[in-house]
Amino acid sequence: MTALASRRAIRPGTVIVYCILVIGSLLFLGPIYLQLVTGFKSFREVSLATMWRFPRTLSLASFAKAWLGSEAQGMNGLAANFMNSVYITVPATLLSAFLGSLNGYVLSKWRFRGANVVFPLLLFGMFIPYQSILIPLVQVLENIGLYGTRGGLIFVHVVYGIPITTLIFRNYYAVIPDELLEASKIDGAGILTIYANILFPLSIPGFVVVMIWQFTSIWNDFLFGLIVTSSPSLQPITVALNNLAGSYFVEWNVQMAGALIAALPTLLIYIFLSRYFMSGLLAGSVKG
Amino acid sequence: MRGVTRDRAISFALVAPSIILIAVFVYGFIGFTGFASLTKWDSLTPNFTFVGLHNYQRLFATVPTDRFLCDLRNTVTFTVLFLVSSIVLGLGLAILLDRHIKGEGIFRNLFLFPMAISYIVTGVLWRWILSPGSSQTGALGLNLIFEKLGLGFLKWGWFTDPTILYIHRDSGFGAFLSHIGLGGLASPYIGVSLAMISVVIAATWQMSGYTMAMYLAALRGIPTEMREAARVDGASEVQIYRRVILPMIRPVTLSALIVLGHISLKIFDLVVSMTGPGPAFATDVPAFYMWDTTFRGNNFAQGAAIAILLLFVVALLIIPYLVSSTRREVHA
Repeated sequence: MTALASRRAIRPGTVIVYCILVIGSLLFLGPIYLQLVTGFKSFREVSLATMWRFPRTLSLASFAKAWLGSEAQGMNGLAANFMNSVYITVPATLLSAFLGSLNGYVLSKWRFRGANVVFPLLLFGMFIPYQSILIPLVQVLENIGLYGTRGGLIFVHVVYGIPITTLIFRNYYAVIPDELLEASKIDGAGILTIYANILFPLSIPGFVVVMIWQFTSIWNDFLFGLIVTSSPSLQPITVALNNLAGSYFVEWNVQMAGALIAALPTLLIYIFLSRYFMSGLLAGSVKG
Repeated sequence: MRGVTRDRAISFALVAPSIILIAVFVYGFIGFTGFASLTKWDSLTPNFTFVGLHNYQRLFATVPTDRFLCDLRNTVTFTVLFLVSSIVLGLGLAILLDRHIKGEGIFRNLFLFPMAISYIVTGVLWRWILSPGSSQTGALGLNLIFEKLGLGFLKWGWFTDPTILYIHRDSGFGAFLSHIGLGGLASPYIGVSLAMISVVIAATWQMSGYTMAMYLAALRGIPTEMREAARVDGASEVQIYRRVILPMIRPVTLSALIVLGHISLKIFDLVVSMTGPGPAFATDVPAFYMWDTTFRGNNFAQGAAIAILLLFVVALLIIPYLVSSTRREVHA
């Protein structure tokens, strides 16, 4: 009876909680709403006074223009840059995940003397403001012929991805019991055999977390893309979108369509794999 | 036994490339930047004439430009407002979601999705939303909504407003401050740049889901028995939060302050895509100034000095955090 009474007493509070959450969600979705209604409006319908209103007809013209560009206006489309981002992000993600997995394996299961010093020194690399390495970075990339190339950007993302991928894998492997490895050591298995036969097959969830994290941060990177590439045809999509949005003659609905194109890959990953996205997020701040 | 030494050697070989890359590309490069900041390298051709701390002194002077002093003011404005708003909003949302309500997953994902988007996209979106409009276009974005709702008095210039709130030297309080020897506080460099509020709103939209996720994880880690015990002792819900739960999640607040704090010191992408340096450097930040002066102005030594100062402040925040969290691990 008392339980029932107290449950009934909580109800008004629960209603308020829902109200706040719904209003909060609407506010959080506001920018996306504006992006969609602006992007889907036809050019004729774009009027500043009705910018918040729903389009009367759905038009894909803005998306087509953002993707293909417009020769008449001398505006480059985002298609080539989208593909650049794909060609940069996919190999860089795979490489840095693999490197992080090897590092994490050694730092958690084959700890060498000095590992306690090396690990925090590695980690510090993910917190530095990259401004403090940009000047020599450009010089070195120019000297080794990687400046202004996709290969150069892949290389940069792999190098500066080492700290975070190592951290996530090290914490991931730390909870795998050592006994599992000891048994195969006694059977005469070497370090590489143990990795290939035991650790790697257990690493799939770790790889998913690391790859989502790396894919998202490399796709969303702006600074390295801006500094390492110079030719517009080789720029990643974030840099191209910023240029597109910065030119005054590009209509708002094309900018919004372009922003949606740039955000789509990471948004889709988030929508379908949000659980793993969360683990990566928390791994970056809460050490295991 | 031979196998063990061989395995040791292989384990070194596996991590050696990463260690060498980080040694060169992080520590070596920082060293080079530090060296460059002490030289006269102010054009495309490197000039390594030693000038001591000249490049640093110039940053803190008001002539030929007071840009760096404006940047410091803007960074403080941004950091304080951004930390407060993301922590308050994140904690508030986490407390609401912690009540095991229906549809929790949907709400959580809604508040977190901006994290998946690049700062450039966020900046482009919010520049459109906060565009104040002009006499030709009429009110735009949020200003338009305010107007429609009859809240026209809330309309303002957002990121185009150059107003700096500070204590004027010739105001009554300014005179009082200089009387007691604190006249230095009455300065436009010790103030609040209102245009930064627009950047804070965009950044909070993007990052408060992150603090929410951290707090939610922490709240879920508190055993239900503790709340039950407090409830049995007659504590109200508010008291339970104040006396039991908030003290327990204090370490999360510290982590959030450090992680978001170092992000806000480094903020660059959002400023580029939303506002640029703004009117009278009202939204300029050190990371932007560094890029601008180095890669557009070719003043490499000046850019290097800004970068080193930025690194120094970030290191002050991060190193104690890294040391304490790795030490905690060793003890555990």
